[in-house]
Amino acid sequence: MNIAVCVKQIPDPAVPGELDSETKTLKREGKLILDDSDAYGVEMALQLADKAGGGDVTLVSMVPNDEVSGLRTALAMGAAKAVLVSDPALAGSDSLGTAKVIAKAVERVGDIDLVLTATESTDGYTGTIPGQVAELLGWPSLTFAKHVEVGDGKVSIQRQTEAGFDEVEASLPAVVSVTAGVVEPRYPSFKGIMAAKNKPVDQVKADDLGLGADQVGWAGARQQIVSVAAAPEREAGEKIEDEGDAHERIVAFLEQLKVV
Amino acid sequence: MPVGKVWVYAEAEEGLVTSVTTELLTKAREVGETVEAVASVADADALAPQVGEFGAATLYSVDPGDALSGVVGGAALVQLVEEHQPDLVLFAQSYDGRDALSRVSARLDRPVLTNGASVDVDGDTVKVGTAIFGGNTIVEATFDGPKPYLAAIRPKSFAAEPSGGGAAEVVKVEGVDTGRAGEAKVLERHVEEREGPKLEDAEVVVSGGRGLGGAEHYEPLVEELAKLLKGASGASRAIVDAGWVPYAKQVGQTGKTVKPKVYIAIGISGATQHMVGMKGSDNIIAINKDGEAPIFGIADLGVVGDAHKVVPKLIDALKAKS
Repeated sequence: MNIAVCVKQIPDPAVPGELDSETKTLKREGKLILDDSDAYGVEMALQLADKAGGGDVTLVSMVPNDEVSGLRTALAMGAAKAVLVSDPALAGSDSLGTAKVIAKAVERVGDIDLVLTATESTDGYTGTIPGQVAELLGWPSLTFAKHVEVGDGKVSIQRQTEAGFDEVEASLPAVVSVTAGVVEPRYPSFKGIMAAKNKPVDQVKADDLGLGADQVGWAGARQQIVSVAAAPEREAGEKIEDEGDAHERIVAFLEQLKVV
Repeated sequence: MPVGKVWVYAEAEEGLVTSVTTELLTKAREVGETVEAVASVADADALAPQVGEFGAATLYSVDPGDALSGVVGGAALVQLVEEHQPDLVLFAQSYDGRDALSRVSARLDRPVLTNGASVDVDGDTVKVGTAIFGGNTIVEATFDGPKPYLAAIRPKSFAAEPSGGGAAEVVKVEGVDTGRAGEAKVLERHVEEREGPKLEDAEVVVSGGRGLGGAEHYEPLVEELAKLLKGASGASRAIVDAGWVPYAKQVGQTGKTVKPKVYIAIGISGATQHMVGMKGSDNIIAINKDGEAPIFGIADLGVVGDAHKVVPKLIDALKAKS
């Protein structure tokens, strides 16, 4: 079974983000790392391929400046190869533009049974890419999975709902988005890290995917950022050290608010 | 000046309209001349008075059967757009809302603005505001290109106010073409028992973070306190990622936005990821060992202390009172 996993390389979320003063989009020039959210998809893909008795796990990533450091992390975990789409023509792409790139990249890999994604990226978090990619490929999308199984040409998931979960099934090929925390991503071994350096990374441009300038990048996004402003600040109130009686202060506060 | 026709992608849970749907209908009345709803539900007649009460004149409805509701709803909406030409369609940033929105966007080749916290209209210009960087910065964006404009709005962005309208006229949508997307079938629904209110509707929310020290402490500290205060329990991303609690409990940028009367953060340091989801709460109480934790910068009452000592005593004190 061949699986494509969408991985995003993002600025370290622990470092405060910044907007480009001219384009008003998130600055993504520096070192990028594998989005934590995507580690679950990579781990899930490796486990599913293993259970199915073989097949390739291929990473699909779109990124500025040919950055590969985050991709190497996922390759070190055990993915076989990657398609890396990097092209100045893609700067400014919105979620639909990104989905077009990913769908074309999946078609370029070819012979894919399952596409795995996170539910949303940590930095952009639109949460629409899984469904957009599925629609562009003409495949079913099974979203917000907390458990995934594959067999007999079908994929079945437990889909997170507000009330609990639904068991959802579809025939392959299909797109599945997985929620965080559903599997424990493995740490790359030293051997894995060394092997990752030599794994094939297919570096492609928008042209190679047959995407024109009107479909992706700034023009394709068809939206304008018109203002960036500071939100109203929230003031800190009282801060106390617990000396064994802090709970009394909390009770008094709750009483004052008439919650108890 | 309002836009002409605003649609709201309406959702229901167990026959009841979701609160975010009523929030979107209220906003739609403010910015649009005509307000209509589109839904993918089994019982449209039950939903019609509920969306009518918040101003929807018409309810276009498709029965998803055993297929995924959002997928069928999205395909129905695509079919309806050509005939009825809405100017703006508002979706909830929910599970099914995102399923529907993403399908509509790709099928109609229209961009989306998501995670909206505000919607403003001036003539033909529709502006959607989104909070970024932990809610410190508001970015506003407008749509270019052909209509309909598509936006997803986070729950709790607007107050819901009934219009006093009667039941919406139900228009059933038949023969919807979902293509292979319709092959995804719901085999079984599992409803997990929930005591107390929903996370997004609760007056009191108690959330736990990594400072709890382990998954086993979530129930006796966080859930127990939430239960005593008739509230709902939530979580930081860190403990969802660690697999301690399911994603549905996550409060924050990639989780839910809550605005309760009281938010109690236990062992949560206050990463920007978390703060964006709760800083709109009326009152915030934080309990954390690290006195330098950013959560104290927005807490009305901050307690620097060990959650394992403070919370059990708090629970005992509340039990003694009741």
